Amino acid sequence: MRAPAGSTVAAGEVLLSVENVSLSFGGVKAIQDVSFDIRKSEVRAIIGPNGAGKTSMLNVVNGFYQPQHGRITFKGTTRTNMRPYDAAHGGIARTFQNVALFRGMSALDNIMAGRTLKMHRNFFWQILRIGPALAEEDEHRHRVEEIIDFLEIQAIRKVPVGRLPYGLQKRVELGRALAMEPDLLLLDEPMAGMNLEEKEDMSRFIVDVNEQYGTTIALIEHDMGVVMDLSDRVVVLDHGAKIADATPDDVKRDQNVIDAYLGVAH
Amino acid sequence: MLGPILETLIGGLLTGVLYALVALGFVLIFKASGVFNFAQGAMVLFAALSVARLSEKFPLPIAIVLAIGVMIVLAYAIEFLVLRRLVNQEGIVLFMSTLGVAYFLEGFGQTLWGSDIYKIDLGISKNPIFLFESVFPGGILIDPEEVAAAVICAILVTVLAVFFQVTRVGRALRAVADDHQAAQSVGIPLNYIWLVVWATSGIVAIAAGMIWGSKLGVQFSISLVALKALPVLILGGLTSIPGAIVGGLIIGAGEKLAEILLGPLLIRWFDLAGGGIENWFAYVLALLFLLVRPQGLFGERIIERI
Repeated sequence: MRAPAGSTVAAGEVLLSVENVSLSFGGVKAIQDVSFDIRKSEVRAIIGPNGAGKTSMLNVVNGFYQPQHGRITFKGTTRTNMRPYDAAHGGIARTFQNVALFRGMSALDNIMAGRTLKMHRNFFWQILRIGPALAEEDEHRHRVEEIIDFLEIQAIRKVPVGRLPYGLQKRVELGRALAMEPDLLLLDEPMAGMNLEEKEDMSRFIVDVNEQYGTTIALIEHDMGVVMDLSDRVVVLDHGAKIADATPDDVKRDQNVIDAYLGVAH
Repeated sequence: MLGPILETLIGGLLTGVLYALVALGFVLIFKASGVFNFAQGAMVLFAALSVARLSEKFPLPIAIVLAIGVMIVLAYAIEFLVLRRLVNQEGIVLFMSTLGVAYFLEGFGQTLWGSDIYKIDLGISKNPIFLFESVFPGGILIDPEEVAAAVICAILVTVLAVFFQVTRVGRALRAVADDHQAAQSVGIPLNYIWLVVWATSGIVAIAAGMIWGSKLGVQFSISLVALKALPVLILGGLTSIPGAIVGGLIIGAGEKLAEILLGPLLIRWFDLAGGGIENWFAYVLALLFLLVRPQGLFGERIIERI
């Protein structure tokens, strides 16, 4: 893996900014007038009770949902309407709340699929499987093996992912996202359903990705211990609206947040 | 006895190639989208009608090129009007949409091209060829049209196999079939891939439609030929291009041999009429396969953690 190339945003500057975004499905207001930003090389957590609109927010950022209102600026380019392909092309990778791997394919092939946009060789060479295309395939394979080493999943690289235990599936999914060498990595509940040991491993990988490669990470997570440990800043959503945006310590003390999580006496 | 059996076997294998040609269209779309395309038969009919009517005005090669254009436009329309709206829906939703497309195409084909029986003249002699006349009494009779079909099929399969086994393209196709959303998230251009695959499947439908049309005449019943492709798919596996070929050959040869070998036995032992075996043999074989090997001979095994 390499640090993402071609990125024009320096560390600490705003990489992605979400301004006044609203999204509704029929009468359901999933997101209401939410604004926040993500700075280059930080770990940004998005938390909130179930149904707060966290996953909808990620879906807006990577183009699965088109918000009715608001603007999103990524790497200095503002857009109101973006397709998932453009998001991937622009350097946004993600994992899913319910693991979304290519179930019939091996762990290796799944991660190789993450290199799709990095392969440029002429189709003709690909068909003949000679010359530049073969060299390119080798080069990508090499990168992918590095990711496999990094995630410590050497032993399962040839196993169809449908057969793997849940924790490992999550790890392969992270590998596929890393293979894209993203500028912004969106992780939707990367620890959900994991035991303590698996959570510790996953936390370590997230910290390492962030520190070694400077990858900016946006993280949705319910495990507050993990969130407080990993993230630099936290945005809190409740019923689709933003109720807090601060450092982990400040968020912990915020009365609105406490009320949202524990309920408030009326 | 050996002569007629051999003749039946060869005839059956050649018919099997024709089944395989239709099955191939199904496999392509299933591989790339996980959708069982019920409209494949209608596409074969539509393709055959296009070629037949265009060849009345233009020489055959030009008619074929124009028909390819028609099928590409059709693929684009299906992708743009139907599939694009149904990304990340359940397989059954996509399947139902292809049912709609099937009936639309059958009707629209008539609206566009007319509903009579049309001819496609491939310029291949309809006179049978006799082989091995010195070995067997009467020799072995072979239909040159079916030989031509076999050659076309072989070429198509080789091209397609090369096209889709290529590392990146093959991987992208399987990825799309497995999970639309995840495929989009890694930057696989879903819409483009669907367009390519439906267009390719349309071109395969042209080949199948021309050969069936030349044999049977271009008429509504061609769309029913697709039903014969179902047992072929079950035998070969829905995701396998070689499987479609092998499945086609087994069904083609099997049903013809069953007719001449099983028929007389049924007459002798049970005093049945003994005919019509050709009509049900393929489906019974497919049912048996579903019991013992539901993924087919070459299909991917379905692995599910519960």
